[in-house]
Amino acid sequence: MKKFLLASVATAALSGAAFAQESITLGVLLGFTGPAESLAPGMADGAELAMAEVTTSDALLGGASVTSVRGDSACDAALSVAAAERLITADSVNGIVGALCSGATIPALTNVAIPNGMVMVSPSATSPALSTLEDNGIFFRTAPSDARQGVVMAENILDRGFDTVALTYTNNDYGRGLADSFAAAFAELGGTVTLVAAHEDGRADYSAEVGSLAAAGGDVLVVAGYIDQGGPGIIRAALDTGAFDTFVLPDGMVGNAITDRFGTEINGSFGQFPGTDSEGAAIYFGLAEAAGFDGTSAFSAEAYDAAALIMLAMQVAGSSAPRDYAQHIMDVANAPGEPILPGELGRALELIAAGTDIDYIGATAVELIGGGESSGAYREIEIIDGAVQTVGFR
Amino acid sequence: MDLLNALVVLMNFVIVPATAYGAQLALGALGVTLIYGILRFSNFAHGDTMAFGAMVTILVTWGLQGAGITLGPLPTALLALPVGIAATGLLLVGTDRVVYRFYRRQKAKPVIYVIASLGVMFIMNGIVRFIIGVDDQRFSDGERFIISARTFREITGLEEGLAFRTSQAITIVVALIAVALLFWFLNRTRTGKSMRAFSDNEDLALLSGINPERVVLVTWLLVAALATTAGVLYGLDKSFKPFTYFQLLLPIFAAAIVGGLGNPLGAILGGFIIAFSEISVTYAFRKVVEYIGPEGWEPDGLLQLLSTDYKFAVSFGILLIVLLLRPTGIMKGKSV
Repeated sequence: MKKFLLASVATAALSGAAFAQESITLGVLLGFTGPAESLAPGMADGAELAMAEVTTSDALLGGASVTSVRGDSACDAALSVAAAERLITADSVNGIVGALCSGATIPALTNVAIPNGMVMVSPSATSPALSTLEDNGIFFRTAPSDARQGVVMAENILDRGFDTVALTYTNNDYGRGLADSFAAAFAELGGTVTLVAAHEDGRADYSAEVGSLAAAGGDVLVVAGYIDQGGPGIIRAALDTGAFDTFVLPDGMVGNAITDRFGTEINGSFGQFPGTDSEGAAIYFGLAEAAGFDGTSAFSAEAYDAAALIMLAMQVAGSSAPRDYAQHIMDVANAPGEPILPGELGRALELIAAGTDIDYIGATAVELIGGGESSGAYREIEIIDGAVQTVGFR
Repeated sequence: MDLLNALVVLMNFVIVPATAYGAQLALGALGVTLIYGILRFSNFAHGDTMAFGAMVTILVTWGLQGAGITLGPLPTALLALPVGIAATGLLLVGTDRVVYRFYRRQKAKPVIYVIASLGVMFIMNGIVRFIIGVDDQRFSDGERFIISARTFREITGLEEGLAFRTSQAITIVVALIAVALLFWFLNRTRTGKSMRAFSDNEDLALLSGINPERVVLVTWLLVAALATTAGVLYGLDKSFKPFTYFQLLLPIFAAAIVGGLGNPLGAILGGFIIAFSEISVTYAFRKVVEYIGPEGWEPDGLLQLLSTDYKFAVSFGILLIVLLLRPTGIMKGKSV
């Protein structure tokens, strides 16, 4: 009898909830373990902040609540495919924010998301290969392609008066894409790349790799690697042998983990990662601080925007089914319309419900171009007194 | 001046790192060769034995660091090393009781031991990953450099720097001490002599009253000490990651076989041969030639024989050549 009562109460509660509002689940597919694991928590917090904001606003599709299911893509092709499968089949998510690494995003997209018609919005996959991939209009990214970062990095280095560099990249989609676009841009702008050498992640010792980079020479060493993998190993070996003392750090290498490990040893090193000085960024950092996490960590703001775009597009389509809302993501991201900043998701949902066009600016001044990728603004950083400091925007 | 610069570059990128690496390989190969000489099988679990010893040492090091005990400029790990050796000794003797003794009583063929050691390898592999995880662990502390590249440049006024890390110096010194102790033990003590007798001719040794179980026990304890020391030195010099220890198996076996399996001197020689060839074959000699060669001779290429990705291929290559031309190894060990 007791069990029966309990069961009926539970059923009543569940069905009551279902009547009042639809429950939407978004997958957060990021590399919580693996070579970029120190970036993932800030990104997941960002995406979940947007979901919490929408849930409290009670304005999405007549009061739907949005919950997050995390999946670990581990920066690995096989694990990422398995995690994406699980999100879609077992957790029946309505959209996916992710994946983190390009090498995890491409297989998850082509093997799982495209066959299932699932929308994926990656906050951080930056491989140029994703620009040309045939994605049936279901893949978007709030991060710019590395084809753009290569140009920005080349300008950044030349503006600081360095014109010969050695370049090492992590041997995968991300590293190769960035290295290619950078080497081309740098040569075009009049600089010299003395050597382009790949490094494998997970080695105990990189002194041999650094040995050949040192033999090639250069004013600075560009390390297009991962912050939790071979990248710091290369820097350690270069510092130990005195081969290089200034390093250029692209987006995969910027984070507190790098200054925790090297402190003032790499003073004067510099780099860039996607980010803007827009009004939205400042608002977002405030929101993140209030929510108890660090919004300035790399790609956190992009993750917030990725989740926000999915939910705003759902509102325009009036449906949480990926096939319905996918086509509206570009509309909400771009002009014309009422500009929307972070923290205004509730207002945006009401505007859409009232039939007004919106232009989502968000935390990273989102403007989607081409097949649905961010046009790209970069935050230029320098290691000053053993800390990552923002010195400008490009 | 240019000649000095060339020498410094070569020291910095080839000679110093290869000497340290060679010492680590030699210690590892000594363990392999002892087991081969006395117990008569190739122990595939050796890399993971090194990982286990290093892991225990790391855990004790963290404990000591947490308690505020350090060795000043030297790494605390040296203080923790005896505990690591003791734990590894227990593990190896335990493994022998549970696994290898059974096959010894059966008088099993060497190939059966080898396959059994493969199983032991996977179990040790799992134990280490289960306890400390698969990630990189750093446990070195104390002074990082005896002389850093920058200081060297300031003192000598040369263009090139030479870095000499504390871990490299410790590796070389500790390896020298360990090898000296081992040879003293094998050549001068009664137990050591009985081990050599057992290795040379088992039946004759048994007839003259040598207790085989005791020889086996002492061998495992020696192997534990050598493997743990090698593992800790490698971890201090580079970094600790279970997978890289597993990968070390190849260069270590190459070193033992090249030198001549079962021959301790050969193991040491083999360790340095493998280390120096691995590093010099993948090193880009461009800068050295630039300094030595006459004006205007700067080569366009890097003068690198093999890309660094092919490091492991070097060990394989040497192994193949030696097995084809001189199957007993350079120092006339037992043939494989």
